[in-house]
Amino acid sequence: MTVYYTKEHEWIRVDGDQATVGITDFAQGQLGDVVFVELPDAGRQVTRGGEAAVVESVKAASDVYAPVSGEVVEPNQALADDPALANSDPEGEGWFFKLRLSDTSELDGLMDDAAYKSFCDSQ
Amino acid sequence: MSDAEAKSLPLDAWHRARGARMVPFAGYAMPIQYEGIIAEHKWTRESAGLFDVSHMGQLIVAGADAEKGLESLLPADLGILKDGRLRYSLLLAEDGGIVDDLMATRRGDHFYVVVNGATKEGDIAYMRDKLPRGVVLDHMKEQALLALQGPKAVEALSRLVPGVEALGFMTGGAFQIGGTAAWISRSGYTGEDGFEISVPASNVAEVADLLASQPEVKPIGLGARDSLRLEAGLPLYGHDLDTETTPVEADLTFAISKRRRGEGGFAGWERIARELETGPIRRRVGLAVEGRQPVREGAMVVDAEGNEVGKVTSGGFSPILEAPIAMAYVPAGSAEPGNAVTLAQRGKLFQAKVVAMPFVPHRYHRKGAA
Repeated sequence: MTVYYTKEHEWIRVDGDQATVGITDFAQGQLGDVVFVELPDAGRQVTRGGEAAVVESVKAASDVYAPVSGEVVEPNQALADDPALANSDPEGEGWFFKLRLSDTSELDGLMDDAAYKSFCDSQ
Repeated sequence: MSDAEAKSLPLDAWHRARGARMVPFAGYAMPIQYEGIIAEHKWTRESAGLFDVSHMGQLIVAGADAEKGLESLLPADLGILKDGRLRYSLLLAEDGGIVDDLMATRRGDHFYVVVNGATKEGDIAYMRDKLPRGVVLDHMKEQALLALQGPKAVEALSRLVPGVEALGFMTGGAFQIGGTAAWISRSGYTGEDGFEISVPASNVAEVADLLASQPEVKPIGLGARDSLRLEAGLPLYGHDLDTETTPVEADLTFAISKRRRGEGGFAGWERIARELETGPIRRRVGLAVEGRQPVREGAMVVDAEGNEVGKVTSGGFSPILEAPIAMAYVPAGSAEPGNAVTLAQRGKLFQAKVVAMPFVPHRYHRKGAA
């Protein structure tokens, strides 16, 4: 299992052609208290870099983009019910949706853990 | 505007040392939050929050004609305003539009006026232009302003400033805090009991340290200041009020004193008198939004055919009600509490109900009240 990161501060944990997507700890820290998430329904096709979900903090609404293209397999109902999970456990229980990848080669354009850390430090 | 272009306030280093995230606001770098907006919001409602509002404009209006001059621009009855008392008022344009909202205090032989940070330069220019010759307007740039807000504010502040507990809501006086001369009023922008404390900028870090060292007190950022004032139903200039809005449309007729309604003699009176008599065409209302998703400033109010008939001017998530709330301008015919309203935001429709404001009850310390 490998975890990749985007410049928009999403993470994607990949296992074969299955993946889980969420926002990073850095992202939740920037957003502040999350009060609402709008998640994609199962079966929806998302494209790399396209809007896939909305996350709303007390202050503002932000889009969550699909790190890679694929079909949404499952939105995280627990997160929809308790949006604060995005703050308390962003890279665990606070995942956003599960995805079946349509093209695993799209992962090549993403950052690994070390690259993402240095990217955040430069922000 | 980037952080680098924003001017620094006297407590800049103080905020940063306490872990504040700084953002540009009203031309200054200001703390948006420390530990988090919801935690800070709830702390203020339960205990006491310390806010740095030094970006606001603190003005002195002095001279024999100061009262008359101010009454030509404000709809307040300053004639009956006793020494040491303050009043919420509106700086008005000739067409009845709101140039700014403000607090005016009679302080001995002059008026102490606090205006919004983002509008202060324009206010000063407008007032200097309109006030009669001989009335002197001084911008006290050397003063900082703090607010201590919450049910335990009086407990914390009276420990440092004995006697301050005797002030009633919307009264003020001269005090000493830790050896620093301070003008303190019982007022604020959260709906809670609390105080606003004007001290020299040179001493404000010491005063802030003293206040923040009280066990009831935590520093609170602008984010919670906004969510607190929204719950309290208090309008924010530049969002809920502007030069295109009249006091009657903004549902601020309480700020138009009885004598002034009859007599007029202030900027915009003609239009305001007409609106008082026949009603405005639109009105600022509070909205309780269905569901959990916040509807924010800029969202449209739409009719059954989807035509835009109004606008959301402030919106967010209420940490106390745990639900989205908003302020909007709606047609006067839809402004009664209980009315259903449809909102549109980013292509999505939301149902809302007009509700009486405040959303969360005020808990001011009124003299004579329990």
